Amino acid sequence: MKPAEKLLDAILFGLAQAIRITAAKHKTYKKRIRGKNFIAQIKTLDNRTGRYFNFQPRKFSSKKGIHANADICMIFSTAELGVKLLTPPRDQLDMINAAKDSKVMVEGPDELAIWFSETLNMLLTIGAKFGTAMDDGVMRYTSNTNGGPVFVYVKEDKIIRITPIEFDETDAPPWTIHARGKRFTPPRKTTISPHTLGWKSMVYSKDRLLYPMKRVDFNVNGERNPQNRGKAGYERISWDEALDLVAAEIKRVKRDYGPGAILNGSGSHHTWGHLGYWLSARLRFFNSLGFTPVAHNPDSWEGWYWGAMHHWGHSSRLGAGEAYGTIEDCLQEAEMVVFWSSDPEATGGVYGAFEGTIRRQWLKELGIQLVHIDPFYNHTAALLGGKWLAPRPATGNALALAIAYVWITEGLYDQAYVADRTVGFDKWKGYLLGDEDGIPKTPEWQEQEAGIPAKDVRALARQWGNRKTYLAAGGINGFGSACRCATGNEWARSMVCLMAMQGLGKPGVNLGGMQQGTPVDHRFYFPGYAEGGLSGDYQGTAMAVSLYQRMPQLPTVNTVAQRIPRLKIPEAIMEGQCEGYPTYPFTIEGQFLKFGYPTPGHSPVKLYYKYGGSHFGTMNATNRYVRAYRSDGLDCVINQSIWFEGEAKFADIILPACTSFERWDISEFANCGGYIPHCYNQCNHRVAVIQHKCIEPLGESKSDFMIFLEVAKRLGLGAPFSEGMTELDWCKRLFEATDLPSKISWKKFLKKGYYVIPAPPAAQRPKVSYRWFAEDRLKDTPDLTPLPGDYTEQWRRGLQTQSGKIEFVCSSLERFDPDDPERPTMTKYIPSWEGHHSKELYQKYPLQLISPHPRFSFHTMGDGKDSIINDIKDHRVLIDGYYYWIVRINPQDANSREIKANNLVKVFNDRGAVICAAQLTQRIPPGTVHSYESCAIYDPVGEPGESPDRGGCINQLTPSRMIIKKSHATAANSCLVQIEAWQPEEGGAL
Amino acid sequence: MSKWNLIIDIEKCEDCNNCFLACKDEHVDNEWPGYTNAQPRHGHRWINIVRKERGQFPLIDVAYRPTPCQHCDDAPCIAAGDGQTIFKREDGVVLIDPQRAKGQKKLVKSCPHGAIWWNAEKNVPQKCTLCAHLLDAGWKQPRCVQVCPTGAMEIVKAEDESMSRLAANQKLQILSPELNTKPRVYYKNLHRFENCFIAGSVAIKLGGVMDCAHGATVVLKKEDQIVAQMQTNEYGDFKFDNLEPSSGIYELEIVYKDLKKKTISIEVTNSQSINEIVLA
Repeated sequence: MKPAEKLLDAILFGLAQAIRITAAKHKTYKKRIRGKNFIAQIKTLDNRTGRYFNFQPRKFSSKKGIHANADICMIFSTAELGVKLLTPPRDQLDMINAAKDSKVMVEGPDELAIWFSETLNMLLTIGAKFGTAMDDGVMRYTSNTNGGPVFVYVKEDKIIRITPIEFDETDAPPWTIHARGKRFTPPRKTTISPHTLGWKSMVYSKDRLLYPMKRVDFNVNGERNPQNRGKAGYERISWDEALDLVAAEIKRVKRDYGPGAILNGSGSHHTWGHLGYWLSARLRFFNSLGFTPVAHNPDSWEGWYWGAMHHWGHSSRLGAGEAYGTIEDCLQEAEMVVFWSSDPEATGGVYGAFEGTIRRQWLKELGIQLVHIDPFYNHTAALLGGKWLAPRPATGNALALAIAYVWITEGLYDQAYVADRTVGFDKWKGYLLGDEDGIPKTPEWQEQEAGIPAKDVRALARQWGNRKTYLAAGGINGFGSACRCATGNEWARSMVCLMAMQGLGKPGVNLGGMQQGTPVDHRFYFPGYAEGGLSGDYQGTAMAVSLYQRMPQLPTVNTVAQRIPRLKIPEAIMEGQCEGYPTYPFTIEGQFLKFGYPTPGHSPVKLYYKYGGSHFGTMNATNRYVRAYRSDGLDCVINQSIWFEGEAKFADIILPACTSFERWDISEFANCGGYIPHCYNQCNHRVAVIQHKCIEPLGESKSDFMIFLEVAKRLGLGAPFSEGMTELDWCKRLFEATDLPSKISWKKFLKKGYYVIPAPPAAQRPKVSYRWFAEDRLKDTPDLTPLPGDYTEQWRRGLQTQSGKIEFVCSSLERFDPDDPERPTMTKYIPSWEGHHSKELYQKYPLQLISPHPRFSFHTMGDGKDSIINDIKDHRVLIDGYYYWIVRINPQDANSREIKANNLVKVFNDRGAVICAAQLTQRIPPGTVHSYESCAIYDPVGEPGESPDRGGCINQLTPSRMIIKKSHATAANSCLVQIEAWQPEEGGAL
Repeated sequence: MSKWNLIIDIEKCEDCNNCFLACKDEHVDNEWPGYTNAQPRHGHRWINIVRKERGQFPLIDVAYRPTPCQHCDDAPCIAAGDGQTIFKREDGVVLIDPQRAKGQKKLVKSCPHGAIWWNAEKNVPQKCTLCAHLLDAGWKQPRCVQVCPTGAMEIVKAEDESMSRLAANQKLQILSPELNTKPRVYYKNLHRFENCFIAGSVAIKLGGVMDCAHGATVVLKKEDQIVAQMQTNEYGDFKFDNLEPSSGIYELEIVYKDLKKKTISIEVTNSQSINEIVLA
C-alpha cells in the first residue's frame, strides 16, 4: 500500500468515527442519520482504497473495502486527491477544479448523494451556536432587509420584535468629519426603513402561502383553461405532487418546443440576502435549465442610461455618476444644495434606510442653502425646508435650459473648465441662445413650458451660479422620477451639462444630496448581491469581477440566447413578437444593440415560471399583463411566491416560498454592488450580517434554495445545483470569500450575527469624485470602470467618452444616429409625447399624474399582505372596511370636481381605471396629481384586465410607450388622467 | 424620585411613521401581562401622527405631531376610573389595568387628547404604555424613540423640578395647557402645528421684466404696532411665523430701495401665502 493510500484509509476510518461520535453528541445529527436506509461508498478510481458507510434506520456501520451494491459512490481519481479533499480545512477551489476535471465523481441518485455530502459537511458545523440569549427564553438573532439590518427577538419559534442594531462597546467607533469649526459624527447604530418595521406583520400575514396549490380547472392532461386565470380558485396539493408537476412541465416544454420555451422573471427586488436572492439561487437554477430571461430595463435610471451616459460615460453605473468623498467635501466646501427630483427621505436613497437623514440635518445646521425642484412638495423638502419650485411634470429640461441660458448671458459659469474639460459647448450655447430654432431658451420661454415664474428661475440661476453647489439629481445619483418620463433622457442629459458648466469635481461642486459618499472603508471586501452569490453566473451578474475568484463555485451558463424585454412581456405572449434594447453595462454603445423576440431558431415561450406577483403594480399599462395571463399564449404558469397577491393569483401552480427570516443568508447593509458599486457608502457604518434562520418556515413553505433544489433533483441537476451543501454551508463559503476572516472568526460572527467594518483613518478615505477629472489627473477614486479599452489617451485619464471629456455634443450619438429627432446629439427641449401639448388627449385627460417610487413600501414589499404598513395614514386610507390607495390632488382641482378629502375617486384614462382615496393637498400644484407606484394588491371590481381596480395599481394608467423608440425605458411619469368621484353603481366595466 | 418624560420636536418629525410602526411591532400579537393586552393588528394609533399643512401653493410648509398618551400627572382618565383602573406609577407612567378596565368603553372618551383606543375583541380600552415593560426590563428608551431617525423624539428621566427647568430653558410646550392635566409629554416647535404664518413673495417689475426682490424690507404690523420685521431672501420670499390663529387683521409694509412702498392688509384666520407682491 502506498503512503497516500494508507493515509486515505485512515481518514476514511476517522470519518466513520466522526459520524458515530457526532451522532452520540448531537441529537439532531443522530436523528438525521437514523432516518435513512442506504449504503454510501467512498473509494479511489482503481478500487485499491475504499470504505463504505451503511446508514440503516436503527444503526450506522462502516467497513473498509469496496461494497458490491453501494447506492451512491464518491470516487477520487487518486488516493492523494482523496486525502487533499477530505482533510479540513478544504480548499473549495481544489474541490471545484477536481469536479471539473473529473477527478472527483459522484454516482447514484441526487437525493442520496446530496444528503451524504451535506451529512459529511455537517460534521464541521453541527451544534454551532448562534444568536444572543436574552431574558425569559428570548433569543436575539440578526437579519437584514431592503431597509437595513436588524435584531430579531424570538421566543418559542415566534418573532416578537424587530429593531435596529444598536452597537455595543466592542464594535468599531464611527468616523468624524471636521467642517467649518464643527465636528460631525454619526450615532452608533443602524437606522431602518418603515417597510422593515412591517416585517413581523408580513411574516405572520394571512396572505402567506403556506402550502402548494393548483388552480382547480388546470388539467395538464386535458383542458388547461388559461382564460380562467385570475378568477378560478385553487386546491391544496402536496409538495411531491407540485414538484413532480413542475418538473414534468419543464421536461414537456423542452421536449415539445425546444430551447427558449421556459420564461422566467421576477420583480426588481426580493427579500434581502446574497445567497437566497434572485441574482443567486434563482439564476443558478434557471441557467441550469436553459431559459428565456426577462430582460430588465434600467428601471430607476432610465434617462441617465439612455441619455446622460452619452455625455460622460459611466455605462457600468447605467449612466449615473459616482459618489466618493462627497459627504466630507459637501460639508466643508458647498454653499448650496439643489435637490432636483430628489427625495431621499422618501426612499432612503436605495436600501439606505435613514442613514442620510442625519447628514442632511447637518446641512441645515451649517446654514447651507437648499432648493427643491419637484412637482410634489416632497418629504425631503418638508423636513429640511428651503425654496420649493414645482415644474409641470416632464418639463424639467426647459427649466434646466433656462438656467444655462441665464448663466451664459450673465457670465455665471466656469468658462475655463468648459474650455479645458468639455467639448461641444459652443454648439449647445448657440442652440440655447436661439441660433438654431430662433427661440432663445429664456426663463420666460421656460415659464410657458414648465410653469416656474421666470423671476424665480433667474433667482435660482444667479444663486446657483454664484455659489459652490451640489446637485442632488435623484435620491442617489441618477435615481430620479424625472428620468422616468417621456423627457427623462433630455432632463438627465441637462443635469450633466449644468454640472459641467459649474466645474464638476472642484471643491464644493459635485453631485449628491448627502445620501452617498460617507468615509467608510472602501478597501474592505464584502460582495454586493449583484455579484451573484452562489449563481455561478459570471456572465449575467457582476461575479466575474471579484466573487468568482474569491468564492470558487461551479459556473453556470444559460444556453438560451433569447430574452424578452420586461416592458413588452404582454406583446411577446399575446402577439408572439417584440423588440428591445439591452441594459448593457460594459460600454456606451451596448445600448444600441437591438434585439428581437423570438430569437432566430428559438421557441416562443410556453411555460412562465414567475417569481412573486409584483408586475401589475410596477410595470406600465399593466392591464396588458393581466390580459397576457388570460390569453392562450402560455401553456403553464408557475408562481413561486411568499404571498398570495398580484400575479400569484394568475398562476396554474403556486409554490410557497418562505421569507428571509425563515432561512439562512448572509449580506451587508445596502451593499448591492453591480450597477451601484460601493453602494454601502450611503451608510454611516458598514455592517456585515449573517441572516440567522430566526424561525422555522411557516406552514409547508420552503426557502427558494430548497424549492429550486427539489425541482433540480427531479431533473438530475441536484448535485451541481447545491454542490452538496446546505444554505448554512454556503453562508460560510461566502463569509470566507470576504475580508471578514481576518477580523472575526466564523464562530464568533455566527454567534453575534454582525460585524461593524471599522472606518479607516482620515488619510485613507476615498478621494473626492471627479476632483481628478477637474484637475486633469489620473483617476484616483475606487471606481474600477470604465474598462481599460474605453479610455482614449491613457488608462485612467479622462472619461469613457470618445474625447475623454464631458461632451455637450455626444460623439456616441453622432456615430449611432445623428438625426434621431427623439434623441438629438446634444440635449434639446423636446415636449413630452404625453403632456400638455397632447391636444385632444389633454382635453380629455387634463391632469398629469406622477407616480414615484413609494415611501412606505419597497416596491410591493410592505404593501398589502394585511401588514401594519397599511395603517399608515399617508399610505392607504380605510374607507368602509377597505384600505384604498391614495391619490393626491390640489384642493382647486378637487373642488372643481366636487371631490372632498377621503372621497373615493376614479383615476382613469384609456388604459384603465383605479379607485383611490383622494387626499387634498397644497403639496401638489393644480393640474398635477400624485400617487405612488408599486401597490401589491390587484383587485378588479369586474373582469380582470377589463375593469377598474380598487387595489391601487396606478401603473395600469401609465403608458407602455418607450421614452424613445430606440430604448427599453419606462416613461411612467408622463401620464394624463382624469379624476372623478367614484360611483360604485357604474359597475365593473372600464 | 426621577420620572419619565417624553420630548417631541415637531420641526424634526417627517412622518416616517417608524414610531407608529415600532409601537405596532412591539404590541401587535404580543401580550405584556401586567402592562397591556396585545394591540389589534389594525385600527389603533397609540402614537397618532397628525398632519398639518400651512399656507397655499407654493409657499407652504407641513408639520406632523406624533401624539401618544400624554402620561398626565393630573389625568382625566385616572379620575374617570376609580383611581386603580387607570393609574399612575411612581415613575410617571400612566397604565390601564386590563382586568379592571374590562367593558369600560367610557374610559376612551375620558381622554381629552384622544389617546385611548377601544379593543372591541378584548373588550378593553388600551393606550401607549411608554413601553413600560421594556423600561422596567432595563431598556433605556421605548420603541418609538429607538427607531426615530431624525432625533425628533427624546426620552428623559428626571426629577420633576429639573424637568421643569429643562422645559423652561428649552421653551417646551404641552398640549392644551388650559386643561391643566399636567402632561409628561413635551413638544418643541409646536407653533409649526398650532400657529400660523404670513408668507409672501416680493417681486419688482422694471422695464417689463419681473425679478425677485432680494433684500426688500417687510414690516409686519398689528394695530400700528410693529410685530416683526425681516428682509426678503434671494427669491423675494419672507415668512412671519408663530402668529395666533384667528388673531385678526395685520398690515404688511414692503419697502424695496426707492420703489414705492406697498402696504397690504391681511386678516389672519389660517396661514396666508401671498404669492406675488409686485413693486414697480
